[in-house]
Amino acid sequence: MMNKKIGYAIVFAALLAAPFVVYPVFLMKLLCFVLFACAFNLLIGFTGLLSFGHAAFFGSAGYIAGYCLTKLGLPTEVGLILGTLAGALIGLAMGSLAIRRQGIYFTMITLALAQMLYFVCLQAKFTGGEDGLQGVPRGKLLGMFNLENDLLMYYVVMAIVVSGFALIARIVHSPFGQVLKAIKENEPRAISLGYDVDRYKLLAFVLSAALSGLAGATKTLVLGFETLTDVHWTMSGLVVLMTLVGGLGTIVGPIVGAIIIIALENKLGEFGNLIANVTTIDWFRSLGESVTIVTGLIFIVCVLAFRRGIVGEIAARFKKSTAP
Amino acid sequence: MEIFGIPLQAMMSQLLLGLVNGSFYAMLSLGLAVIFGLLNVINFAHGALYMMGAFFAWMGLTYFGLNYWVMLVAAPLLVGGFGMIVEKTMLRWLYKLDHLYGLLLTFGITLMLEGLFRSFYGVSGQPYSVPEQLAGATDLGFMVLPNYRAWVVVASLVVCFVTWFVIEKTKLGAYLRAGTENPKLVEAFGINVPLMVTLTYGFGVALAAFAGVLAAPVIQVSPLMGSNLIITVFAVVVIGGMGSILGSIVTGLALGIVEGLTRVFYPEASATVVFIIMAIVLMIRPAGLFGKEK
Repeated sequence: MMNKKIGYAIVFAALLAAPFVVYPVFLMKLLCFVLFACAFNLLIGFTGLLSFGHAAFFGSAGYIAGYCLTKLGLPTEVGLILGTLAGALIGLAMGSLAIRRQGIYFTMITLALAQMLYFVCLQAKFTGGEDGLQGVPRGKLLGMFNLENDLLMYYVVMAIVVSGFALIARIVHSPFGQVLKAIKENEPRAISLGYDVDRYKLLAFVLSAALSGLAGATKTLVLGFETLTDVHWTMSGLVVLMTLVGGLGTIVGPIVGAIIIIALENKLGEFGNLIANVTTIDWFRSLGESVTIVTGLIFIVCVLAFRRGIVGEIAARFKKSTAP
Repeated sequence: MEIFGIPLQAMMSQLLLGLVNGSFYAMLSLGLAVIFGLLNVINFAHGALYMMGAFFAWMGLTYFGLNYWVMLVAAPLLVGGFGMIVEKTMLRWLYKLDHLYGLLLTFGITLMLEGLFRSFYGVSGQPYSVPEQLAGATDLGFMVLPNYRAWVVVASLVVCFVTWFVIEKTKLGAYLRAGTENPKLVEAFGINVPLMVTLTYGFGVALAAFAGVLAAPVIQVSPLMGSNLIITVFAVVVIGGMGSILGSIVTGLALGIVEGLTRVFYPEASATVVFIIMAIVLMIRPAGLFGKEK
């Protein structure tokens, strides 16, 4: 227990110091994806439901927040809250349809409904269609602090993400979280114990959607734009990959996964150039544009050989070595 | 002549287009259902393999001068072979695990295939012309019927019917259905179930490639043509339920027609109508139209 606290303290200190070492906007983007992956993990890792439609919450919350700030001129806080609410509401609608079916059908339904939302975002007027929303102002926090300052913005984002993460950790360890775990391990048994499984599932779905929405709204605020990429199914796939790489059902796994995948996306071009220089095969120079090949490959490797993910694998080793 | 203020000619041509799309839905959801029945895997890569079929047709013509008819046979064989390798080397290891891993693996395969084709051919479509035997159109009096579209509908109906016949009415199909119910017992009767599984997967994806070759002259061949289609096909599968072969064929065709009609009366909704129907079906009959209640 002591070790864990020291670990969290070190991470917290590192977070405070990070913007002085690394480009803050990149860090903020990273943090938003960390929250997104953690929110997703609440569903797959702790409830056992694989949603393939989480881009819907992430993206539409981004659109709503962006629209409120750009077109309606609402204060920053209101934009974030409305974005999160939008995520929760869409989650409620999608979740109540999807939990009517189990297993693989659940996944297909979430994917299909998210695709429907993608088409809506593509055609609707307020999203700006193919251009997306541009020039979203960050505004002022509490009407006083100018968030255009990257450093200040970073600490705000950090506060949001850390509280989101704390909330998820709290949910997982609460009695409610235990029921979710029971549903994941043995649904018929949870039903026979008298739990209204559908309501628990729906609540977990809505919580996960709301937190994904918060992540999406914050990301729009950070980058100042919102595009169709965030509602596309590839985004849903990306968050699945982050969680899978880090470790399904581990608290810190998604954080590790999100960092690896986002760093990979950003640095792959440089890496490709490096390989091209070493091997003199020019094709590797295009690696930066073909991120999907690499993400696909990681997916395949993870599923075939590495199902526990990085953190899960370490935890398993650790358990083995300490076991009597 | 007009119906509800829409010229009959326009309506018939949209209906036909809907039927063409519906035959693609039918063939793809049929393949998904056959694969799911025996392997318990939802093959996300189905869309990518459909795209691969279309690309093989285009590549055959562009690089080797092989015409449409050759590729209509060759592309499904190649893609089927590729599928069998995938099944033997990768999918095989996941059968004992949760179904979700099969979906995730095939999703990864989809990303890789799409990414590969994209890195070579970009995202813009490659034109593929209609084979000369089927060029032109026939005037039926009340509408002008493009020959190629009629051929697509007929060819896919025949393929779907043959598949249904083989699975439901022949001895081979009986083995297959028995394998779906109880693979252990079927193996005890001396039937090579792992081989059957490999061949089934190969057949399922060959069906997708066949649909891809048929689609090549209708829509432009592009690396992204499969992924959007496959999500719609998932919705079709949810609506129809995967329990029945005939069910998935009928649902696929019907939804294609509904989509075509929507394009006539309310074009804005044509991309979403299938998903809306899925939501309604889930509310009224969660197991799907042809699914069995548990």
